[in-house]
Amino acid sequence: MWIALVLVIILPFLIGIGLFLKSRLILQDVSLWELLFSSQWKPLSGKFGFFPFIVSSLWVTILSLLIAGPICLLTAIHLTQYADNWVLKIMHPVIDILAGIPSVIYGVWGTLVIVPLISNHIAPLFNTETSGYSILAGGIVLAVMIIPFVLNILIEVFRTVPIELTEASLSVGASKWQTIKFIHIRKAFPGIISAFGLGLSRSFGETIAVLMVVGNVAKIPRGVFEPGYPLPALIANNYGEMLSIPLYDSALMLAAFVLLIVVLIFNLASRVLIVRTERYR
Amino acid sequence: MRKMKRRTIIRTEEIFFRVIMFISSMIIAATLFLIIFSIFYKGLPSLSWDMVSQTPKGGFYFGKEGGILNAIVGSLYLAGGSTFLALVIGLPLALFMNIHLLSKTKWVNAIRFCLDLLWGIPSIVYGAFGFTLMIYFGLKTSLLAGIITVTLFILPIMVRAMDEVIKTIPIGLVEASYSLGSTKSETAYRIFFRQTVPGIVTAILLSFGRAIGDAASVLFTTGYTDHMPTSLLQPTATLPLAIFFQLSVPIREVQNRAYASAAILVFIILLISILSRIFARKFYKNQIK
Repeated sequence: MWIALVLVIILPFLIGIGLFLKSRLILQDVSLWELLFSSQWKPLSGKFGFFPFIVSSLWVTILSLLIAGPICLLTAIHLTQYADNWVLKIMHPVIDILAGIPSVIYGVWGTLVIVPLISNHIAPLFNTETSGYSILAGGIVLAVMIIPFVLNILIEVFRTVPIELTEASLSVGASKWQTIKFIHIRKAFPGIISAFGLGLSRSFGETIAVLMVVGNVAKIPRGVFEPGYPLPALIANNYGEMLSIPLYDSALMLAAFVLLIVVLIFNLASRVLIVRTERYR
Repeated sequence: MRKMKRRTIIRTEEIFFRVIMFISSMIIAATLFLIIFSIFYKGLPSLSWDMVSQTPKGGFYFGKEGGILNAIVGSLYLAGGSTFLALVIGLPLALFMNIHLLSKTKWVNAIRFCLDLLWGIPSIVYGAFGFTLMIYFGLKTSLLAGIITVTLFILPIMVRAMDEVIKTIPIGLVEASYSLGSTKSETAYRIFFRQTVPGIVTAILLSFGRAIGDAASVLFTTGYTDHMPTSLLQPTATLPLAIFFQLSVPIREVQNRAYASAAILVFIILLISILSRIFARKFYKNQIK
């Protein structure tokens, strides 16, 4: 038991150290700053600039949160405050199943439904042409993937708003919606922010589904209809070739390391926020 | 007069938000049905007995004969092996957290915090880490490396899910057990374990579903092959990767097969979900409050 315990506690550090040691090789050659902000990606001639990938990652991640955030918030309020029994009976299994669907299935669905939808219907609305394999497709697929995750946390957060506050608000004559708007949302605000933070980190690290719909062109995307190439997709796509060039291998491990650090920071901040607010209650 | 107007504004606002809240819930439900429908709609026509009973033959990736039995079996081995391994490590840990460390709340919370952090790490990072481990120990891409990586990946999920169930056991039951003279281990395995078996089965099924569906962590570590897995040290095909590789082949028959494989995977996931629902219901029925 102690071994299992120690394993769990040191595993995050172990992963970090392992990846860092592998990526040290490239850090000796090129400075971290140059790697992160140069947009030259030519592995064969030893140029590794992560900037296009980082920008793509930011695009899809933020886009997915913009889509999923409002939907999750509204649904969470609906399910905790207003929903009839039959809605709850449908929605609970729906959320569970959505959470259980593997990412590769989301990817297949994205190529089947979202990609044609974008190229045939959405892009013409904005007078642009695209193959459909774009940042927008990645954002939508990611949004669907993080919805169950964010929604579950939000439901939990809204459930912990103390009933006394609600009663006090209702007894001084506020309507139900006013109570939600001024009491629940304000009280749950840190929780909402941390739920979104966890959602962000989840979609930042998502690999296969994004890889299948985002187009994978190593260029800085200038709009949502252009293809992008997020960091996880970069790692997954090049795993075969990298072994031949040590620097390449090291660069990809650095990408994984960056991914780990960003996700850990987001997680840490969100979790700390949740723990803090729970203590104050 | 003005008061009346204010009141109507408040009412309209509430009604407006209730409507869009309802719509957003329905969007989520509709999306799930759309996903399942579109996968089955595309996949079921190409699904045949050959698909699930044969390994890829020559020219499989040009649309010739064969099936994905190797990937199905590989996925089941991988998910089964890693779920078993995670259970062996995870169950004692979850019990330990809730029995031996019962009075050390700080420690338990620290462990939960760590587990939550681990849960948040993307599977591709586990994959990359597993890959570095593999190289370090001189292993090649193999079923064993895949099982180890996936175990690390699902361990936090499993322990947290079990922890949530075990947490619900009332302290009175523990005290009763101690007062009858049982030791901590006896309490752990006779009382806690028995009380929570359905909940633990749910946790196992949840982890199994995660393990069978994850592609990014096995991409580096398990490799891919057209043969049936016969030993732990061989590369092994997995369903998600089979779908992924078939879909990237620009030939219609092969892509249709990818959809059929996706339908099989969705079917497995739905089955797991229904099973875990049944067990969860049982848990709530037998629970001593």
